[in-house]
Amino acid sequence: MKKKLVIIGNGMAGMRALEELLKIAPKEYDVTVFGAEPHVNYNRIMLSPVLAGEQKFDDIVINDQAWYDDNDITLFSGEKITAINRPNKTIISDNDRIIPYDTLWIATGSDPFIIPVPGKELDGVVTFRDIKDVDEMIEASNTYENAVVIGGGLLGLEAAYGLKQNGMNVTVIHLADTLMERQLDEAAGYLLKSDLESRGITILTEANTKELIGKDRVEAIKLADGTTIPADLVVMAVGIRPSISLAQKAGIDCNRGVVVNDHLQTSDPDIFAVGECAEHRGQVYGLVSPLYEMGRALAGFMAGYNSHYRGSVTSTKLKVTGVELFSAGDFSGGKGTEDIVLRDARRGVYKRLVLKDDRIIGTVLYGDVTDGPWYFQLLKDKDKIDDIRDHLIFGQSLAMGDTAVDPLAAVTALPLEAEICGCNGVSKGTIISAINEKGLTSLDKVRAHTKASASCGSCTHLVEQVMALTLGDGYEAPTATPMCGCTDHTHDDVRHLILLNTLREIPAVMQALQWKTPNGCSKCRPALNYYLIAAWPGEYKDDYQSRYINERVHANIQKDGTYSVIPRMWGGLTNPAELRAIADVVDKFNIPTVKVTGGQRINLLGIEKQNLPGVWADLNAAGMVSGHAYGKSLRTVKTCVGQEWCRFGTQMSMGMGVELEKMTWGSWTPHKFKMAVSGCPRNCAEATIKDFGVVAVDSGWELHVGGNGGMHVKACDLLCKVETDQEVKDYAAAFMQLYREEGHYLERTAPWVDRVGLDSIKKRIVDDPVNRKKLIERFHISQMGNQEDPWAERAQDSVHAHEFKPLADVG
Amino acid sequence: MTQNWIEIGQLDDIPYLGSRVVKTGGTDIAIFKTATGAIFALEDKCPHKGGPLSQGIVHGKSVSCPLHNWNISLENGEALGADKGCSHVILTQIRGDKVYLEFPRQSKATGTDG
Ligand code: SRM
Ligand SMILES: Cc1cc2nc3c(=O)[nH]c(=O)nc-3n(C[C@H](O)[C@H](O)[C@H](O)COP(=O)(O)OP(=O)(O)OC[C@H]3O[C@@H](n4cnc5c(N)ncnc54)[C@H](O)[C@@H]3O)c2cc1C
Ligand code: SF4
Ligand code: FES
Repeated sequence: MKKKLVIIGNGMAGMRALEELLKIAPKEYDVTVFGAEPHVNYNRIMLSPVLAGEQKFDDIVINDQAWYDDNDITLFSGEKITAINRPNKTIISDNDRIIPYDTLWIATGSDPFIIPVPGKELDGVVTFRDIKDVDEMIEASNTYENAVVIGGGLLGLEAAYGLKQNGMNVTVIHLADTLMERQLDEAAGYLLKSDLESRGITILTEANTKELIGKDRVEAIKLADGTTIPADLVVMAVGIRPSISLAQKAGIDCNRGVVVNDHLQTSDPDIFAVGECAEHRGQVYGLVSPLYEMGRALAGFMAGYNSHYRGSVTSTKLKVTGVELFSAGDFSGGKGTEDIVLRDARRGVYKRLVLKDDRIIGTVLYGDVTDGPWYFQLLKDKDKIDDIRDHLIFGQSLAMGDTAVDPLAAVTALPLEAEICGCNGVSKGTIISAINEKGLTSLDKVRAHTKASASCGSCTHLVEQVMALTLGDGYEAPTATPMCGCTDHTHDDVRHLILLNTLREIPAVMQALQWKTPNGCSKCRPALNYYLIAAWPGEYKDDYQSRYINERVHANIQKDGTYSVIPRMWGGLTNPAELRAIADVVDKFNIPTVKVTGGQRINLLGIEKQNLPGVWADLNAAGMVSGHAYGKSLRTVKTCVGQEWCRFGTQMSMGMGVELEKMTWGSWTPHKFKMAVSGCPRNCAEATIKDFGVVAVDSGWELHVGGNGGMHVKACDLLCKVETDQEVKDYAAAFMQLYREEGHYLERTAPWVDRVGLDSIKKRIVDDPVNRKKLIERFHISQMGNQEDPWAERAQDSVHAHEFKPLADVG
Repeated sequence: MTQNWIEIGQLDDIPYLGSRVVKTGGTDIAIFKTATGAIFALEDKCPHKGGPLSQGIVHGKSVSCPLHNWNISLENGEALGADKGCSHVILTQIRGDKVYLEFPRQSKATGTDG
């Protein structure tokens, strides 16, 4: 009699393994299949195109009923197995059917993970796993408008795309800060996000679902930060859990999945597990290619061969029409690895290869995936690539062809009519003839004459290559100093291109301006973060990991790793309540040093990092806020006593100082920005060595700019004289805004004024009232939302709580 | 010396391009996570003047010390560029979603670490 093979699970892995078995041992087993879904075996992968309306269920059936019949397979579809009785070697179904087995395959796949939030059982909350889910989603899209997909991984994004195709408003909620963070690095995740956004899908990263709201059917989703988004359909696509409960109940060894050996055998030698439910060498898989490899090994072993499964390396693609993405292997960049990065901003291409010991161990491709399979093959074969390393990133045809020796080969090979600068439509031929006819030798001149690379700048490198090709040694490489080693662009270029190309995030800047490192360095990241803050007020989300520690934790780091805290004292004024609170906090936290600063306020020094939130809470309670003594931002506004008390005072300098400080505090600037107000020309507040200094005279105020104490003492230049207090504030705002928009990061106003010239500043602020008004407006717009005390946020709501707590204490 | 792996927390608790501190009896340990999720650990002490590296800016596979901006390799603790010096590397291991650090048993008992 034939041996009885029973398969639990009529899905992709079980049936593929069975197909393999029928190929090599067609008559050996008497096969019975149970499938909980009321269908024949279909291609689960293709549920995404079905949802998007690109295919129908019939198109995705793998094996129809005739296949089961022709192969004498008994199929019980729509029938679920509820228990395995190992002593009797039988299984029991939910129809109370009891079937004996000689060999049993568990191929139960995975269950979608449901996040345990209130409202998860409401109508309209679905997962994305089987055809039933897809039907429900399509039906909802006929009636309802708003869909929210929780999870920005492969499944979630395919669901979002499908629902969008069905005409719904779609929002994706993703916990991590990059989409598909397990498959993509930050740069590729960014490109994917902008691609999907340009298709009208809203994407919220670092968003945590707190609650689903609704009576019977879901109506909205509430996030941890309080945001509420209307939702008539919620798709949970946050991950899958191997479906192991049957095996667990039967006492078979399980870990994350059902544990199998290289023959896919479980701890019971007559029972095998294959597919997503199986755990092999500590690994569970969620893609089909490993499951197919498992199936082949299992079939071989069942047919009497000594076949083994030895684990798989996987690669990922996303089935969203028009999005080209490929990722494989390990691109976490651990020990001893190196990166090769290529960015082509105009084509939206990003390619990254991760190498270790001269072999590819991981790759992420976005926008151009033609070479994905080739890299993947090199990766799986562990081929040495040292011979072709220089050209590897350009792909198989160039790396393997004989053009591979000359770095200018690619440009040489371009025909004369090939377009080099897309923005201005300049061809290679035009550039070459301009160089030859006009005797141009520098990039600036080529730009001036041809406009090539004069707009978005992303073809600069190509233009330079054409110049090198045409001029040979006569080519003068550009001399402008780049921002840092990560880019060839200058600070001015970067600021300009951010606005011109509406670049709104650091990865966007790095991609568009072809950064040479995956995520910049400690010089360019803080600068980019500031430039984006200045460019997109209110919109740009601060990237706090790109901030220097002092600005990240809102205190000044000291030589021994402790911190100092300087609360704001408006215009240098304080009162008994503040002083008492300071005294109390010093006692309570044993703060070793209290010092009056050169900026007219009080510094508490030597505070342990974990005590900062506590210190701030107490200072907040007495009404004190951060003094930003750590920030590239408004620092102090020093004042003298002025007309309020002084026998010589001609104006209210303390009042003026307080008003200026109240208007400008919280503002981020290229470097620190200090002000002072003196009540008469004796100038006791040292206002003429400040970034913006105000000196009272009988008839009003003199405004001085661009002074500096510090290393190279420089007295201010006189900007102008004004009469009213309001004018002082307006000019301060206009001057600060112009500096905010033009200063290079870490350039104080003194060198900035030197660089652009006092005349140019006067022309735009003093002589041009319309422009002055616009600057003032832009300053006030940028201040909106800036005057939240960063200490209060951290002391109460524990913003960045992790900064102030050790991860562990193992002492 | 026998290996001694100690679980110190969840992978997710360390921010990308950021760092967390593990307190020990002696010198603290800084745990770093790169943009791509790779985990490294160094003693939290710059070879220059002992700056707490955990407070620096992480980029690529290095960290810039918060005190005087030396760049330290996360892989081998060496100062990069023209600077010379080395911070002690602590081995890390990721199992599932947990991070483990290796503590040499003896050094702890005899207090010779750091
Ligand atoms: C605390 C304080 C010294 C004091 O005890 O008085 C101080 C402390 C530091 N100053 Fe200052 N400066 C302090 C007033 C000044 C002043 C006086 C003033 O503001 O009227 C000046 C000269 C005026 C000026 O800036 O033009 C001053 C010019 C500098 C400079 C040189 C700036 C320059 O452009 O040349 C630096 C270095 C830098 O910024 O690169 C600096 C840098 C520093 C740093 C931040 C050094 C550092 O990078 O860690 C010190 C931080 C100590 C800390 O963590 O608390 N500090 N520093 C003063 C804080 C004032 C406040 O209440 O916020
Ligand atoms: C929308 C979507 C898109 C995908 N896209 C891709 C892709 O592009 N590339 C890729 O490689 N992978 C993709 N996948 C993953 C791929 O589909 C799975 O890895 C694969 O289907 C797993 O096969 P399996 O046989 O282990 O599980 P399944 O295919 O899920 O089969 C398991 C079957 O067992 C049944 N079952 C479970 N318990 C019982 C029981 N007690 N009794 C009876 N029957 C039971 C289930 O109903 C199910 O039909 C996608 C998945 C989805 C949902
Ligand atoms: S003068 Fe030098 S030592 Fe004194 S606080 Fe300023 S930076 Fe520090
Ligand atoms: S202590 Fe690290 S650079 Fe000086």
